[in-house]
Amino acid sequence: MKEILRGFLKIDRRWIFLFVLLGVLIPLATGKGLHHSYPGNEVKLVYNFIENLQPGDIVMLSMDYDPATIPELDPMSRALLRHCFNKGVRVMALTLHPAGAGICIAVIDELLAEYSQPGINPDGSERPARQYGQDIVFMGYKPGTDAVMLGMGEDVRLLFPQDYAGTEIPPYHGDPKETSLPMMCDVKNYNDVKCVITISGTRMPEYWVAYAYQRYHVKIATGVTAVMFADYYPYLQTGQMIGLIPGMKGAADYEELINHPDRGMVGMLPQSIIHLLIVAFIILGNIAFFIVRREDKQEGKKGGKKK
Amino acid sequence: MKREVPVFICMVMGLVMIVQFFVPHPVSQAIYQTILKWLIIVVTFAMVLGILSLARLHLTKLRRGDKDWFYSLVAISSLFVTLLTGFFNFKITDSFIIEGWKVPFSFFTISFASGLAAGTPFMNLFEYIQVPMQATMFSLLAFFIASASFRTFRARTPEATLLLVAAVIVMVGRVPVGHMISSAIPALSDWILVNPNMAAKRGILIGVGLGGISMALKIILGIERSWLGGGGE
Repeated sequence: MKEILRGFLKIDRRWIFLFVLLGVLIPLATGKGLHHSYPGNEVKLVYNFIENLQPGDIVMLSMDYDPATIPELDPMSRALLRHCFNKGVRVMALTLHPAGAGICIAVIDELLAEYSQPGINPDGSERPARQYGQDIVFMGYKPGTDAVMLGMGEDVRLLFPQDYAGTEIPPYHGDPKETSLPMMCDVKNYNDVKCVITISGTRMPEYWVAYAYQRYHVKIATGVTAVMFADYYPYLQTGQMIGLIPGMKGAADYEELINHPDRGMVGMLPQSIIHLLIVAFIILGNIAFFIVRREDKQEGKKGGKKK
Repeated sequence: MKREVPVFICMVMGLVMIVQFFVPHPVSQAIYQTILKWLIIVVTFAMVLGILSLARLHLTKLRRGDKDWFYSLVAISSLFVTLLTGFFNFKITDSFIIEGWKVPFSFFTISFASGLAAGTPFMNLFEYIQVPMQATMFSLLAFFIASASFRTFRARTPEATLLLVAAVIVMVGRVPVGHMISSAIPALSDWILVNPNMAAKRGILIGVGLGGISMALKIILGIERSWLGGGGE
């Protein structure tokens, strides 16, 4: 028995890798999923904030992540954009991550295609088609994180004289009919946006709090990866952040709240299985470890008595 | 002079920015806006400098034929191909038209339009090479965490046991299956995150903040000069 347990403790790690692989692949391949993610309070805070905005209000969405964190963070961006498009809330999107521009373009293009025709919202209300320039503008990437955050507190045109496609940003309070980006006639700085939502796999949300919130008092919400969300609870409690979307579970929560299950919800079953698998490994490893240690001690005592 | 001038500039700029923060006078605001513009220009040039430095490092390795020169070749090629596809829009068309006649040959065109649009070579490189590569690297984390937790997470001491129990509760409480087992698990998980976790994080944050202030003061006053580089000079 002891030898079996000792062998178990020294199991080839490739067996563990195989279990993890199967735990992810089987639910994804069979298409089985969970129907509820049981939204957390910190996600509801973000949802309620957007839900209480008026049509025409503007939020700034900073997608500050790279391809490594796409599976976790993309579902958040998509769910947030869907919520804004459903509500008629306009979005000024940008990225402060060098690898973020391609991600933003892909997400925005996909969502604009989805909302290219008038439709019915999940709550039954009607909504018109959403258009680039009218309902969303993508400013692109700009290097210099803190400088950009501070600069946008003065005038976004300082940093972004054009959008990512090279279209000139119209003057503040300019004639919306004379530009293809009429939404930007209503934006000068943080005073004109209801909140900044930063989706990030880096420390970027802390910079947003330090530079945009502390200096310009704009409200900050954030969506981060599951490995780092615990770091942001102090900001949430102090009110420096108005809400927090933690990891793929947070994205699934948001999808459930807007009644539009998507990639976040699909990821919930594999993630649940892997979490349970890791817990099972930890428990089994500890049981085997203590049995082997106890028997080693007992054998040691017996050996001592013989001598 | 090589060291004194940068230290002096740093001191002046640091003091100006501190004073400016507390003075809401129009002159102070104008200074702030000018400095913001400078900052953006400096940061952009720093990025160019970084790219040049990276290119020089790998080109030197290639020229000398250092060990693993092949990786340098991959890095340099990737850098220039990505740059070119970002600046110019390359297109391969199945056919082209001359005065109303459709000529069924492949044709390669280059335009100076930005390559940052769906379906362009730049975006294809991004979507089909960079995204899968980076996602693969990050996904490996799940495999290593599973293996490491099995091998090293042992309740050898009371502290380790406490950590282990907290980790198990949070891990199960943060996925929907935790709710399905019992609503007490997510509630306990939230309690751990909102109380002991937050208390510890706040302590760390205050420490980091005070450390940041003292380091900033040391740099402004010229006491800390390691940022100038030069190793042990």
